[in-house]
Amino acid sequence: MATAVPMATRIPVRISVNGTEYAAEVEPRLLLVHFLRDNLGLTGTHVGCDTSQCGACVVYLDGKSVKSCTVLTVQADGGEVQTIEGLAKDGVYDPVQQGFWEMHGLQCGYCTPGMIMSAHSLLQRTPNPSEEEIRHALEGNLCRCTGYQNIVKAIQYAANQMSGAGVSGNGSGAGTHNPQDVGDWKGELAGEST
Amino acid sequence: MVAAQEAPAKLVGQPLKRREDPRLITGAGNFLDDVKLTGLCHAAVVRSPYAHARIVGIDAEAARRMPGVVAVFTGEDLAEVNPLPCAWQAGNVQNNVNTPRLLALGEVHQVGDPVAVVVAESAYLATDAAAAVEVSYEELPVVVDARKATEPGAPQLHDNAPNNVVMNWTCGKEAAEVDAALAAAPVRVNQRVVNQRLIPTAMEPRGSIGRYDEGTGEYTLWATSQAPHVHRLLTAAFVLGVPEQKIRVIAPNVGGGFGSKIFLYFDMPLVLWLSKQTGRPVKFFEDRSENYLHTTHGRDHITDIEVGAEPDGRITALKVKTWANLGAYLSTIAPGIPTTLYGRMVAGCYKIPNIHVDVTGVYTNTAMVDAYRGAGRPEAAFVIERVCDLVAAETGLDPAEVRRRNFIQPEDFPYDSGIGMLPYDSGNYELALDRAMENVGYAALRQEQAARRANGSRKLLGVGLSSYVEVCGVAPSKWIGLAGEGWGAGLWESANVRVHLTGKTVVTTGSLPHGQGHETTFAQLVADELGVPYDDIQIEHSDTQGTPFGFGSYGSRSLTVGGTAIYKSVAKVREKAKELAAHLLEAAPEDIVFENGKAFVRGTPDASKTIQDLALAAHVAYDLPPGMEPTLEATTFYDPPNCTFPFGTHVCVVEVDRDTGEIDLLRYVAVDDVGNVINPLIVDGQVHGGIAQGLAQALYEGAVYDDSGELITGTMNDYAIPRARMVPTYELDRTVTPSPVNPMGAKGAGEAGTIASTPAVANAVIDALAHLGVRHLDMPLTPEKLWRAMAPKTG
Repeated sequence: MATAVPMATRIPVRISVNGTEYAAEVEPRLLLVHFLRDNLGLTGTHVGCDTSQCGACVVYLDGKSVKSCTVLTVQADGGEVQTIEGLAKDGVYDPVQQGFWEMHGLQCGYCTPGMIMSAHSLLQRTPNPSEEEIRHALEGNLCRCTGYQNIVKAIQYAANQMSGAGVSGNGSGAGTHNPQDVGDWKGELAGEST
Repeated sequence: MVAAQEAPAKLVGQPLKRREDPRLITGAGNFLDDVKLTGLCHAAVVRSPYAHARIVGIDAEAARRMPGVVAVFTGEDLAEVNPLPCAWQAGNVQNNVNTPRLLALGEVHQVGDPVAVVVAESAYLATDAAAAVEVSYEELPVVVDARKATEPGAPQLHDNAPNNVVMNWTCGKEAAEVDAALAAAPVRVNQRVVNQRLIPTAMEPRGSIGRYDEGTGEYTLWATSQAPHVHRLLTAAFVLGVPEQKIRVIAPNVGGGFGSKIFLYFDMPLVLWLSKQTGRPVKFFEDRSENYLHTTHGRDHITDIEVGAEPDGRITALKVKTWANLGAYLSTIAPGIPTTLYGRMVAGCYKIPNIHVDVTGVYTNTAMVDAYRGAGRPEAAFVIERVCDLVAAETGLDPAEVRRRNFIQPEDFPYDSGIGMLPYDSGNYELALDRAMENVGYAALRQEQAARRANGSRKLLGVGLSSYVEVCGVAPSKWIGLAGEGWGAGLWESANVRVHLTGKTVVTTGSLPHGQGHETTFAQLVADELGVPYDDIQIEHSDTQGTPFGFGSYGSRSLTVGGTAIYKSVAKVREKAKELAAHLLEAAPEDIVFENGKAFVRGTPDASKTIQDLALAAHVAYDLPPGMEPTLEATTFYDPPNCTFPFGTHVCVVEVDRDTGEIDLLRYVAVDDVGNVINPLIVDGQVHGGIAQGLAQALYEGAVYDDSGELITGTMNDYAIPRARMVPTYELDRTVTPSPVNPMGAKGAGEAGTIASTPAVANAVIDALAHLGVRHLDMPLTPEKLWRAMAPKTG
């Protein structure tokens, strides 16, 4: 099944994702969300629209939440990305993930990864948000199932947990990890942990 | 060891966290676009930019030469492949059927009609090449409005459908009889209402992956599907003409459906055909713009209402004429929505002696319209709940009083509304109304409203009621399969319950979730009924291989029909276990008691056989009673004797700014009766989401076409899906009137919120403006629309 696709111009990038550094050569037009999903196989980040409205693709890039459908992979060169797959630590859910589970903050689950990442980002900026602040912070994330009420409760739950337990962290991946090959994208082993 | 004497806690009724969630909150949910296959190719579709045109020529040569392109096909290449079937051909539709081909041949009838498909090594390359396919068209005249499409001289879509009429359908009494009742009524109101077109917008768009195995001749289809078995049947028998057993359909995690994923779409058979042609697995995954253009829409009715009433508010006659826009072709069950599921429900929860409903289904140059959350019942509830408020305005009665005076009473059940619906199963409509009015503080709100009106407040207060009843748990085959209703197939459901040798229990069901939490709810039910630990129970679904045929999930049927099939299979397993226990305990079967997973001789619970003991004995099978077959499992195909009829009352309180038309949602109170509840956390979540969708129709959403057939609201930038700040806090409550139709007493909860909320919100907004002489406004009720409605009064 090997296929000889003529190479368009490709740009080398090195991007840390969930603490692992990847090197690849990508087309300049390749969106970050497709790099994550198709090249790295990190399919937890979803695509729900083509106009940057829905927020299903929200990830952290250098500590800021971004819509990865609106970032070119080459723009993330040298950056640190954290996706939903990198949020739980040592098998323990992040309080935001836990909150979504506890409060029934999801139904079909398609918007959920982006919703959780945006909520996580909110709580980094505003540890004890009001309901109004929560709803405002979710302007860029659409959910069609829940009617949002339990998402609000999930984030309130997380805020309480985090303030009560003193949990903190900037949400970006850190630590020692093994570099990984990126398969047929000619990924070179980066050999460096972030 | 101390035997646990007390009964284990029952799980039914408990708000268990969902067992589905861990995978979904960690990014491990396996949605269609996440499926990884070796050698996977990507399909991109070339779509018509015109709403109505003749295809003059297609030049795909440049596209074929582009990098990474595997193949390009046009409608000519698929000329021998059947068009998609329409499975629900309501009365008189049979002669006028037009369904989509996999790729258009000769003519296109809506913007977005697929005319060619490119298969390439990546989605990017496929999209590049699709843009290079040159299609020349000769434009034809366009019509997008259902009523205009039936007028003389309107553009014609299909040769076999004169005046673009799909069907003319009626129910209830003869028109003349109802006309006479109207003429005799002292109170008369006429009103045209528009139930605008909506776009379902499941957060996951639609898609499909096809893989053909040359060695076995078998096809595998992964699809965003609410009905995998039905999709297999229709693809095999009606479109591709291959043996049904040669196709396996798998629905991975489905990211919302709301009806839009019930139907067979062009891409499902197409990817299978493409895979056979190219020798590669092929994926099609629509982007959001394609989803908005070409996946089915909902609602889109224009309705003329004539109502007659007594001065005391009793409604004596109702005549309804509806033009139902069904789009460019008939989708899978489209004709059934504005007929069986709409026309037969317009009586709502009221005793109305004279009803005539006349529905004209119409082709237009727009996306196909089919079931969308509620499917016909929201349109019906909107009509009858507007009627109640119109009668209230005309008689000067309070809207609550009008409803109260017309309610079907508890002693009237089972109740035949006289317009061809099955008898309503059970209900106590006044109780729900009373509870809702109490919860919202209705009397005080009316006083506040009067005070504000008296003092000329610029903040207009509006209170809107919606008392609804809907039909769920579709459906008894002997009813829905009748020629008059037109489905021509049953709507039973299947379940297999298998206790493995180890005691681990696997349940397969033909229903399947796309967000509703079947794996949790069904496991709660089985744990209680079988006495197997909750964690030992696995619910399997969504794959035609290994599950008996089932009709899928829609119409709030999963628990009431699918759950009953499970319940009955568990009962059969229990009976077999008792029989085996009697043998092992050397007792008569009639003396065996089965409780909490243990079988014992009545009066001697200490000498018991657990369900796990019995599963082991049934599998090793060397000591079975004479004639008993090994293993411990049962299958049920359950055909319900009736539908179920959830009901309730929702109240919305709004404040409208007299100067700007801005609307504030102050309160939203819902009292729903969905019968007995297995998982209240999940049921509340269903109601929340339903309310959000319904109120969004009242205030925000509307699919708009221009006169050339261009979808103006073609992206999420233009179509107003509600955001977190656009919805209120929902204050929920329940009454519980068990359904006598199924052993759980459940009625169904998936659509109630949507059905109830649209009229509640619309009635509230219109009520806020009532003292200015406003009787009706069409949705969505935007500030601009309100401002214009109020403007003349400001001089």
